[in-house]
Formats: sequence, structure tokens, C-alpha cells
Amino acid sequence: MRDRHPKDLKKQYTFGGIAGKAGVYFMLALWALMVLFPFYFMIITSFKSYGSYSAEITPAIVPKTWTVANYSSLFGDSSVPLPRYLLNTAFFAIVTTAIMVVVIVLAAFAFARLSFRGKNIVFVLFLSLMMIPSELVIITNFVTITDLNLRNTYLGLILPSVTSVFYIYLLKESFELVPDEVYKAAKVDGTSDFKFLIRIMVPMSKSTIITVIILKVIECWNSYVWPRLITRDPDHFLVSQGIQEIRENGFGKENVPAMMAAVVIISVPLIVLFLIFRRKIMEGVSRGGTKG
Amino acid sequence: MKKFGLKAWLYLLPAILFLVVFMVYPLIDVVIYSFEEGFTTTSQTATGVGIGNFSTVLRDPYFIQALKNTFVLVAITVPVSTGLALLISLGLSSIKKLREFFQTVYFLPYVTNTLAVGLVFMMLFNKNESSGSVGMINTFIRFFGGPTIDFINGPYWAKMLVLCLYTVWIVLPFKILILTSALASVKKDYYNAAKVDGTSKFRTFTHITLPMISPMLFYLFITGFIGAFKAYSDAVALFGTKLNEAGMNTIVGYVYDKLYGDSGGYPSYASAAALILFFIILTITVINLIVRNKLTYKGGGGRA
Repeated sequence: MRDRHPKDLKKQYTFGGIAGKAGVYFMLALWALMVLFPFYFMIITSFKSYGSYSAEITPAIVPKTWTVANYSSLFGDSSVPLPRYLLNTAFFAIVTTAIMVVVIVLAAFAFARLSFRGKNIVFVLFLSLMMIPSELVIITNFVTITDLNLRNTYLGLILPSVTSVFYIYLLKESFELVPDEVYKAAKVDGTSDFKFLIRIMVPMSKSTIITVIILKVIECWNSYVWPRLITRDPDHFLVSQGIQEIRENGFGKENVPAMMAAVVIISVPLIVLFLIFRRKIMEGVSRGGTKG
Repeated sequence: MKKFGLKAWLYLLPAILFLVVFMVYPLIDVVIYSFEEGFTTTSQTATGVGIGNFSTVLRDPYFIQALKNTFVLVAITVPVSTGLALLISLGLSSIKKLREFFQTVYFLPYVTNTLAVGLVFMMLFNKNESSGSVGMINTFIRFFGGPTIDFINGPYWAKMLVLCLYTVWIVLPFKILILTSALASVKKDYYNAAKVDGTSKFRTFTHITLPMISPMLFYLFITGFIGAFKAYSDAVALFGTKLNEAGMNTIVGYVYDKLYGDSGGYPSYASAAALILFFIILTITVINLIVRNKLTYKGGGGRA
């Protein structure tokens, strides 16, 4: 019995193994195709001219003639507000992320390094806020922002999303990795807490802070629900709302290739960001990010 | 010492301020709203206190439709996406060549704009009668001899199919990522021991792999249920903002419709609907946790 086993195993491994491997690769390639096809479709369609797209009964897999007219019209034609949407979104993402980083760095430092009465209770209260779905609080926030006359302003867009309990928690964990001795040595040297935070803690936790920044920028770039509720003025539209507007009331109703060009332009910044920071993003997401 | 404590609170002040204004207060307020009867944005006063908002919402055909859509979406996409993610992750962990490439590709949907790519899905499945174009997917269907279907403006199940497909496409990156790292953390020793014993691959999977990754599978089920119950943007991306007319509204969509837009101005109804959603999610999560604890217990008992 014992002699026969390894042989059988090996046989099974080489013969069935190769067929199995091929099957695995086939399945993986199939799903990769499913993921990539929408991207491929939007890119090729964006290079078709309006005329040739409309003439197609069945969509062509490769454009017969390539044109960049859709892209130049998106940026050259002032009646298409896409550049405006892009600038709005970039501004919104940068300012929201910047304020959030300041808020969470300060809070995480208090939890990680400073001692004060009720610290544990406050921290547990903070954590319990993570369980509250945004759908529940958005109703009152909408009323609050309306009452403050902040509809159609950047302030109204930005304010409700500048704190994140989860990121405070993530950063606190990272701050706690800085050894106590470093803090004590700095204290002996007479370094103030704030200086210590800025000069030592923040640089030492750079990796986590960058991860948080990237995840927040992605979230801002894709945010749709809140901006749609509080902005009616197209001058304040973000890309998600902008593309929906183009589709329902703008040129997108008719001109599909131009709309696909807009989709490509909206998608490219995040894909580039992802390809550069692939490891950081995937690590950050696996530590607790879900797509909201 | 006293001064020390004050300083910590100063560091916490911005975070506490924002959380109180935009999370704690709204949480209390939403409960108050939901029991205030007759309150609208124009009236600004309540005519009474009671459960009237809940009964109105529960009798609203649009809410029933949204409830049904959401449950169908959850019942289909959660098992399908988790199963598919497990299959793909098992495939990924069994290969070395091209593994990084596949992982990168599979993650792409996570970093795309839901509204923008939803538009691409809409175009792929669309069938535009007036221009005579049948769209990409219908071209495939016709190639294999099937009848063309209008997936975007057509029958309910065709629309639901597209919504489920798009949802699975969107949520899979997160699940693959979690399961791939869960599979990677299963100790090699167990597999080597199984190999020496001549255990079949299937038995190795059911007796080693599955128990080892089961905590992560449950985590994905719980987050998957929560996420799917909150579906909204994906439906907007495919069927436009007028979801009630398309018959494809979700519970979250219903909440926003009651709050703002053509049918808006009723924060009380929106609050009642949001609380109903919250209790559905809470119930499902508790059931999930009970099932998880039962399974873990049985697993331990069976071995002993």
C-alpha cells in the first residue's frame, strides 16, 4: 500500500495536473476577458465617428476608421462642461482629503499617544460609529446643509465627509508602532507634542497615511449620492453626476461615441493611480475598505 | 496632569465636532423624523406623533417594488459573487505564472467610477429599436441563434439580470482580494500532510481549505449582504435616475426619492424607509452571526 501511493500520486499529478492547469488558466482568462471587455468597448467606441457608429447595425469590434474628434470636441467645445466637472472633482477630492488627513492625524495621535480621562470610552464610542450606515444619517445632513444655505457650495459638498472613524483607527494602529522610547527621548529633549507629531510620528507612518490618502481620493472621485442630493447647479457637478447629466439631458442621448470618450476620460485618472500604487491600494482595501 | 488631559481633547476636537454634527445628531434626528406624522419640507410642522410614516411607507407600491427588487438582488448576487470569487481565488492560488497580471486585471472594477462604467454596461446590453442597432450582447445572442432581448427597457427579468451582472462585476474585486489572501495564509504544512496521506484534492478542499478560510467567507457574506441591501448607484447607472418608472428602484433609491427631486420633500417618509432598511440589515447580520457561531461550534464538536 505504502509503496504504491507516491507513484499513483505522481501519475495523477502529471497527467491530470496538466489538464487541470489548462482548465484553471482557461477559467482565469475568461474572467479577465469579462473584466476587460467593457474597457475595450468604451475605448474603441470612443474612437468611432458619430456617423459610422450610427450606421452600424451590429457594433464593430474594431473601428473601420479611427477618429479623435470625440476627444477634441470634449475639450474644445465650450458647450460640453466635462472639463469643468473634472476640475470640480479634482478640487473636491484634494480639499476633502487634505482636511480629512489633518482631522484624523490629530485624533489618531490623541488616541495613540496622549493620556486623558475617558480615553477608552471615547475610543469605543468612536468605533461604534463605524457600524452606522451613511444612508441613515444622510437625511438629516441634507436638511442641515439646506438650513445652513450650503446647497450648491463646495463647503456643503465637503463638510460631511472630512472625518472617517475607520481611518482614525487605521492610523492609530500605525502610530502605536512608533516605540515609546522615541517619544520619551523627544520629551527629554523638550520637544513639544505637536512638533513630535509633525516631525517624527507623521514621517514614520508615511506608508499608512499615503494609503489613506489614495483610498479617500478614489472615494471622492466616485462619490455620487451626496453630491447629487445637494447640487443642482451644473457649475458644482462632480464627474459621476456630470456623466449622468450628459447621458440623460446632454449630447450622450444621441452621440454615444462622444459619451464613451467622456467615460474614458473619467476612468483614466483612477486607473493610472491604481497602476502606480497597486500594492498600496490593494493592501489598504484588504485591511477593511469596501466599496460603499 | 489636568492640562495634559485638556490637550488631548483639543487634538480630538475637530473629529468629535464633525462626528457629532454629521453622525450622532443625525442618528437621533432620523428617529425623531420617522415618528413625526405629517411633516414635510413645506409644512415644517408635525401634526402628530406615531407610526403613521411607517405604515404609509409599507403600503406604498413603489416601496414594495423597491423592497422586492432589493431582496432579489441580494438573494442572487451575494451567493453568486462569493462563489465565483472563491472559484477564481482557488484558481489564482494554484498558479504561479501570470498570477500578478490576473490579480491586477481582476481588481480594475474596484477603481472605476460606478456611474461611468455602468453606462458602458448599458450600451453593451442596450437594444435601440429606432436606429436599428441591436447592441453588442444581442449581436452575440443572435450569433448563437437566440432571440434578441431589450435588457434595458424590456422585461423585468432581463433588467434584473443586467443589474445582477453589473453588481457582481463591481463587487468581485474586493472578494477576490480577501479570499486570495485568506488562501495564502493557510499553512503549507497541512497541505503537505494531506499529500503524504494521499488525501484526494476534493477532500483536502472540504476538510482543510474550507474550514481554514470559513471565517473570511462569513466576513464576505456579512459585508456582501450589507452592501447589496444598500444598492443604488449601480441601478442609476444602468436605468437612469427615474428608477420608479423603470420599476428598478431599490430601498436606498426610495429613501432618496422621498427626500429630494420630483417626489421629494418628505424627510419623514425617507427616515421611516431608512430605518426599515437598517432593521432588515441588522436582522440579516444577526442571523449571519448566529449561523456562523453554530457552524463553528458543530465543527469543533464533530472533531472531538
